[in-house]
Amino acid sequence: MTALLLHRLQFAFTVTYHYLFPQLTMGLALLIVILKTIALKKGDERYHQAARFWAKIFAVNFLLGVVTGIPMEFQFGTNWAEFSRRTGGIIGQPLAMEGVFSFFLESTFLGLFLFGEKRLSKWAHWGAAFMVFVGSWISGFFIIVTDAWMQHPVAYRLLPDGRFMLTSFWELLLNPWAWLQYAHTMCGAVVTASFVMAAVGAFYLLEKRDVEFGKIFVKAGVIAGLISCMVQVFPTGDLQGRYTAKNQPAAIAGMEGLFHSEKGAPMVLIGQPDIEQQRIDNPLVVNKVLSFLIYGTTRAEVKGLDQIPRDQWPSALPLLFYAYHIMAGLGTYFVLLMVVAAAMLWKGVLFRSRWILWPLMLSFPLPYIANTAGWMTAEIGRQPWLVYGLLRTANGYSVHVSAGNALFTLLGFMGIYSVLSILWIVLIYRFIERGPDSVRPSSAPEGFTA
Amino acid sequence: MGAIWFWIVAVMLAIYVVLDGFDIGIGFLYPFLGRSEEDRRVMMRSIGPVWDGNEVWLLAGGGTLFFAFPLLYASSFSGFYLPLMIVLWLLIGRGLSIELRAHIDSTVWKAFFDGMFFFSSALLAIFYGAALANVIRGVPVGADNYFFLPLWTNWRVGAHPGILDWYTVIGGVVALTALAVHGALYLAVKAQGDLEERALKCSQIGWIALCVITVVSLIATIDVRPSTLDNYKADPIAFAIPLLVVLSLVGIKWFAARENAIAAFASSSLYLVMMLVGAAVGLYPALLPSSISAASDITIAKALSGSYAIHVGLIWWFFGMLLAAGYFAVSYTMFRGKVPADAEGYGH
Repeated sequence: MTALLLHRLQFAFTVTYHYLFPQLTMGLALLIVILKTIALKKGDERYHQAARFWAKIFAVNFLLGVVTGIPMEFQFGTNWAEFSRRTGGIIGQPLAMEGVFSFFLESTFLGLFLFGEKRLSKWAHWGAAFMVFVGSWISGFFIIVTDAWMQHPVAYRLLPDGRFMLTSFWELLLNPWAWLQYAHTMCGAVVTASFVMAAVGAFYLLEKRDVEFGKIFVKAGVIAGLISCMVQVFPTGDLQGRYTAKNQPAAIAGMEGLFHSEKGAPMVLIGQPDIEQQRIDNPLVVNKVLSFLIYGTTRAEVKGLDQIPRDQWPSALPLLFYAYHIMAGLGTYFVLLMVVAAAMLWKGVLFRSRWILWPLMLSFPLPYIANTAGWMTAEIGRQPWLVYGLLRTANGYSVHVSAGNALFTLLGFMGIYSVLSILWIVLIYRFIERGPDSVRPSSAPEGFTA
Repeated sequence: MGAIWFWIVAVMLAIYVVLDGFDIGIGFLYPFLGRSEEDRRVMMRSIGPVWDGNEVWLLAGGGTLFFAFPLLYASSFSGFYLPLMIVLWLLIGRGLSIELRAHIDSTVWKAFFDGMFFFSSALLAIFYGAALANVIRGVPVGADNYFFLPLWTNWRVGAHPGILDWYTVIGGVVALTALAVHGALYLAVKAQGDLEERALKCSQIGWIALCVITVVSLIATIDVRPSTLDNYKADPIAFAIPLLVVLSLVGIKWFAARENAIAAFASSSLYLVMMLVGAAVGLYPALLPSSISAASDITIAKALSGSYAIHVGLIWWFFGMLLAAGYFAVSYTMFRGKVPADAEGYGH
């Protein structure tokens, strides 16, 4: 295993694992604000209790996001030193801003939100929850700005020694790629939180316990889920897809498995890409749809991989193809599930329809997979570029950090993160098992005996 | 402009050390001062609501370092690869142990996280001290501006040191001692009764060790890197810094003896800041000295970002700091005073 591969593997592993937590954190932060808003507007104590219950889960999830997130900020320097040297003047800004603006905000108000309910007024406590939501969503924004610059570099000047100089602060933040990516990413986080909330509610209903809360969680999860799943496909997914087609033709060609340019290009629903023979085996296709989706007309030509130099093809083509198809396939299933569930909610039969509650309960891991697959699509699609069109991945890693060192730390992370997974599962399961009624306002976590 | 950003990063680092320093200090003292379950809960609650915000200074400072001095960030982080990774793992362990300890009412669960809290805090202090000592000592930065140091070689300071040699170990001991005293004094501010008394007494004992090791480290520094004194000799007003270090040590002793924990803690904070400022003054304008040749030093001039970036950065940084100051005022005010006997409102 070369040093380059190990540096890539470590970053990919640690960032994928890390993002499992913030997607729930950011989505749940919004849902908790909504629960508390309903509680205050309706004067309904059950919604306050619901928010308190989810706050417990939120706290553990947030902590794991923090401890797995810190390695990310430092990993640019440790494993991607040449990349950092060259791009730090630009992407260092949003990363520093994330620390200065959102992390301080989040950590301050999280303490107030988790422990201050009794000493704050009801609206002040709502304010604390709101600031945690704002802080976490700002955090997401700055990370997206960073990745968006790598995908679609703007506002820069390239010096002879390879360094990129920032030329416009606002152009950096207003990078169109960033806003499209942000919308799609945040919506994806709401999808995750909606599914998790609906799943817990469905569990309680199926188990015939904590029925009142089960209904609240299912209702909130399905409504939020319906909206977020649909927005995720259209307009956010559609817009990002079309923008990618315009700016990263190799990525789209790889995602769609389009080896040969075609007018009225079909969309491949599934199949096995054969790189050597440059075709898709046993494909299920829908004719002309790809051209239509990207350009709005079935007569348009979509650029295939044949028009792109071989040394600019994304390196892991089958993985790119599957990542995209898994994401899109799951996204389709999400819309179908939520449409059916929402219709039944509307009709007033959802809470006793076990055949729909079961998939609602079981589906919660799928948004995690979809979000991960989406990120893999974005990052593998950008290959072989680290900074699109300007700096290759192969030229960005820390050359003095040997393969042996990289493997040592990769194994270390894998081991530690395995333990974290077990802790997370145990703790979250305990909260769910004990149920919403066992939570007392703003007191110590369960187990504390004064 | 370079000087401004040098001092911005230095100050952010100093704030991190003063704030997270007492979290780490309390972690190290945990098995010694935390004799009963009640003691341990009080120690946890004294830092519970604030530790995460304190830790953010490391991230904010690191991010600022990244954008202001990308070459330094890239070179030092890849060169100090293993210790940095270990620090990251220790931070994970420390965070988990503070937050998860109270979740399950089991002796085994609590004992496990108590041990992790002590172990990760102690090693964090040692690694941080050793890291600073490495920067002062210098590292073999080559012509390509990069280097790589293994964790140890022969423990000697020379052409090919490891991260750990006799000098940097001294740095680690200084940090551990200083943060232990700092944590003990913070605990004296927040705790009551018997725990408060023992914390104060602990700080007195630690103070003796601190005085000794401070002197040893200063002598060692001049021995290992005589050029540290150059800036001082050029601008003798800088000798106010070691003077303030001495004064702060006196202050710790003086106020602790009079049971004025707050003033003693302030003196301890001053000690930490002055030691860091002293190191910064000794380094300036080098950010990371090269042990190979002075021409390879990573200096402010070499590492500074482009002019536009650092000018525009100053604007948002200023606003960010104002906001952060506001948040900290809110946070520390809300949780001011002694940690109450029950957990109400403190979690943990």
